[in-house]
Parts: sequence; C-alpha cells; structure tokens
Amino acid sequence: MNWEPVIGIEVHVELETASKMFCGCAVDFEAEPNTNVCPVCLGLPGALPVPNRKAIEWITKIGLAFNCSISERSQFHRKNYFYSDQPKNYQISQFDVPVCHDGWLDVTVAGATSRIRINRAHMEEDTGKSIHVGDSGRIHSATETLLNFNRAGVPLVEIVSEADIRSAAQARAYAQDLRTVVTALGVSDAKLEEGSIRFDANVSIRPVGTEPFGTKVEVKNMNSFRSLERAVDYEIRRQEGVLESGGIVHQETRHWDEGEGVTHSMRSKEGSSDYRYFPEPDLLPIEVTDEWRDEIAATLPEMPAARALRYVALGADGDSASSLAGSEALATLFESAVEAGAPGNVVANWLTGEVTAWSRRESLDVAESALTGKHLRDLAAMVAANSLSSTAAKEVLGYVLAGEGGPAEVATAHDLVQISDSGALEEAVDEVIADNAEQFARLAGGEDKLIGFFVGLVMRVTGGKADPRAVTEILRSRIS
Amino acid sequence: MPIDIDIAHVAKLARIELSEQDMASYRAQLGVILDHAAKVQALPTEGVQPTSHPLDMVNAFRDDVVTPSLDRDEVLSQAPDATDGFFRVPPSLDNE
Ligand SMILES: [Zn+2]
Repeated sequence: MNWEPVIGIEVHVELETASKMFCGCAVDFEAEPNTNVCPVCLGLPGALPVPNRKAIEWITKIGLAFNCSISERSQFHRKNYFYSDQPKNYQISQFDVPVCHDGWLDVTVAGATSRIRINRAHMEEDTGKSIHVGDSGRIHSATETLLNFNRAGVPLVEIVSEADIRSAAQARAYAQDLRTVVTALGVSDAKLEEGSIRFDANVSIRPVGTEPFGTKVEVKNMNSFRSLERAVDYEIRRQEGVLESGGIVHQETRHWDEGEGVTHSMRSKEGSSDYRYFPEPDLLPIEVTDEWRDEIAATLPEMPAARALRYVALGADGDSASSLAGSEALATLFESAVEAGAPGNVVANWLTGEVTAWSRRESLDVAESALTGKHLRDLAAMVAANSLSSTAAKEVLGYVLAGEGGPAEVATAHDLVQISDSGALEEAVDEVIADNAEQFARLAGGEDKLIGFFVGLVMRVTGGKADPRAVTEILRSRIS
Repeated sequence: MPIDIDIAHVAKLARIELSEQDMASYRAQLGVILDHAAKVQALPTEGVQPTSHPLDMVNAFRDDVVTPSLDRDEVLSQAPDATDGFFRVPPSLDNE
C-alpha cells in the first residue's frame, strides 16, 4: 500500500525579553542556577503574576509575521499537570482564545511551494530545567533530579501548524523558514542547540487518496533541523512498518534518539481534558485593540521571503538570496557591498561560499569578522580590473576575514596581485618570444599546442602574476 | 441524583492517595458541588458575555524591567533538599 504522511509541527519560542513573563526576574541563561527566582516564578503561596507588556507585543508581532488574525480579546488559562520542573503544578497558558490564530507560512521544497496553515500562536511560560543524575545519564535510570528554576516563567510562544505538511523534507523547510522569520523579528535568539526554539512533530500516515487521519504520534527531542527531518522520516517508516505488518499505531509521545537514529516510546499522551484547563483567575483578559495591533505592525521588519526576492533583483541567484535573507550578518554585508557599487552576483557567491565556510570553520559569526561591504566592493573591483584572479580573490577574502587588512593591502602583502598593466605584460611576452624564436615560428606555422608552452614561460617570467587569458590574447595578436 | 464521578481518576490527577472510605465520602461531596454547577449551567445565559473575572478590566501589564530576585541561599533553605545551588528531588520520569 502507498502511504501519505500527515504532519503538524508545534514550535516553542523563548522570547528574549529582559524580564520573565509574569515577574521581574531576569531572563538570563548564563546565570548561576536558581539566582533568577522569586515568589511568582517559584509558585509560592499568595504570589500574583503580572504579564509583561513587551511579551504581548512580541507575540502579536510574531502572529502578524505569520499572517495571523489577532484576537481582540484573549485570556490566560491554567494547564494543570504535575512535573517537578513546574513549580506551581500548573502552567499559565492559553486555551480557547489564543492571542494569534489562523495564519500561514509558504514553504518551498524542490521548487514546489505549499501553504502551511498555522492554527494558532499562544502565550505561555516556560518550565524550569531538570538535570537527571544517574549512572548511565539516561532518564530511565536516574537516581535523583536537580532543578534550576531560572527558566521557569520565561515568556514562551507556542506556534501550532495545521497538519498540512506531507514529507520530512517539508517539515524541515517549515521549521527552518519559521526560525528565519522569528530571528528576523528580533524577539528570540532562536537557537536550537540551546533550546530557545524547540520543534515537536505530530506524525501520522494514511493510505494515499483517503481523508481520515491515522493515529498521531508526537515526536520530541530533535535539536537540529537535520535531526527533525531524520526523526520525522524514521517515524513515517516505523508507522508504515507497523501498519503493513497488521499492527496498530498507538497514540503516544516518542523521543528521538540522535545516536541510534530511532524514536523511543515515552508515555501515553494524556487526553486534553486531563489538563483540566480553567481560566486563570489571577490574570485579566488581554485586549489588543486595532490601534495597538497597527502600532505593532508598523514595527515589523522586512520579511525574509520579500527580502530574498529583492536580492534576486540585485543579482543574487535564488538559493543564495534565501541564504543571505536568512542571516542578518550576511544580509547587512550584501546590502552595503551592493550599495557601494559591487556586482550582486559576485558578492552573493562569496558570502554564501567562502564567507559562510569561514564562519563555520572558525565557529565565529560573520558579524564578528573584520569584513565590510566596502572590502567586498574593492575586491570585486580588483577582479574586474584583472589585478586579481578569481582564485586569488578567494584567498584574499580569507585574509580580510581574518582581520589582516583591506583587499589591496592584503593582496600586496601576500604577493597575489596580477600584472594588469598591459604594457608590462606585452613586454614580458615579447621577451619570451625573442628568446624562443624557433618555437614561436612553429606556433605561428600552426602548431597551436605550443601556446601552452609560451603561456607557461610568461607565467614563469612574471612569477605567476600574469593573467593567463591576457597572455594568450597577446600571443595571438603576435601571431597574426 | 448526584452526578457520577470517577473519583479514583480525580485523585490520581491530584496526586492524593484516598482510602475506599475517603473515596465514598469525597464522591458524595464533589457530587453536590457538580450538582450545583449543573444548576448554574442550566440558567438562561443567552446574550450574557462570558466572564472569567469579577472585575470589568483588561490589560493589567508591567513594563519589561528586571527587578531583584530572591537570595538563593534563603530560597534553597526552604526546600527539603538542595545541593550545589540546585533543588534536589526524587527522580522524576513522567506523570505516572
Ligand atoms: Zn520571578
């Protein structure tokens, strides 16, 4: 049988506000454990939460960026469950009226664009962090749990897609594009490896051509886009195996094990009613008036998709444009280089090629390098003037990134400048011809393979600093 | 006729252990409360705004400003067990 995957993605984004959602404790993940805690975020009796206005503004911003409608009035609910990293034994969340609802994000995989609907984005608070201590380091055999409540009460936005995703690759693209937008909004550092953005996938399969959804399994614990794609892909194949062999897929939560490349069953999912949601009596409703919403909308930056289109118009190819638009540091360099007069296609290639590779290799953000838009413009100008070969230009770029200086300075220091003065080059060619009159006569007589011999000699005479194409041209002009 | 309640399930969700005798008496007591709720639910509420709060107010916010947190030693001294700046609790696996 042919199966069709049906996938929905839940995303948790930690907002990078200065203070927590309902108290004035600092949001600071570097801090010593349990130093950013107070009666509110520890859930001590009698403490009263007061919502952070900026968090409400930022979730509205997120909603608008994903084309959501903003609820004029929304409200907080208590989601009741017991877990040791949840000090109040309930999480303040939203239930039937989230701040944002009914949006979408367009996702492109292999040239095909699909609209993934977003059901809702709601405001809630994060939990504390547990460290499970035990011999094997595995949660099942832990002997004790250590708790740090610095994260408890950090503003958290949950963005829930509809089950519109149909492949693991699409799930990854959705997650990546969503993260790019969130990063562009400047509301979260959105780092997967640090958990400031987290993706869970709801995966089910159904026979191709049928409507009813299969039983869905929630897959958690993916801390890279690659592992998200792998986990979803594994889960699709696992469910196919279960159903093909006549088994039943159980509704459950499964944890992705990156090392083993499999998902493990965690526990039966509690039914929604078991959370006993009820309106949070300590908090007033939230009203986002049209006026407030429009004020927030006016602060939205250019969205990555629109920016990528603009970069294509400036000369970048489609893939490079998306990469540039998805990185503030690269985008800033691209724009300032093009503004200074550099050709967009050349600069886009350097930024997505050498510069990105340098950033990975050095584990440094491009913004931390010495490279400027003007450097890129100067470098492009040197290549255009033939004073640098394109290979040498890449080498020069590496030295500039390392902070050795501007392109001209670095190229001279490393002896990479080509002889672009045609007079000097002609002189060198004529000298070589004079010294090898016999071979030149044969070349002129039609023995064309000798052209390489002459180019090689000129390169040797000039210490490798001649442009071979220019040398060839001059040689040809001497033959005719 | 009191509304039937799965009292064992409710007790499990609340993480409290109840004897058979307790269960019977809580079942009856909670039943009375649910009866009352059912009466309120039966009232005609057509055209009445749903309300979850007695005050007719919205948007009581605070500015995003950091205020001092508690002293950690004082916080941890209130806990049954702590180590190296952490609260220490029995191994927590799941909601089971
Ligand atoms: Zn606090």
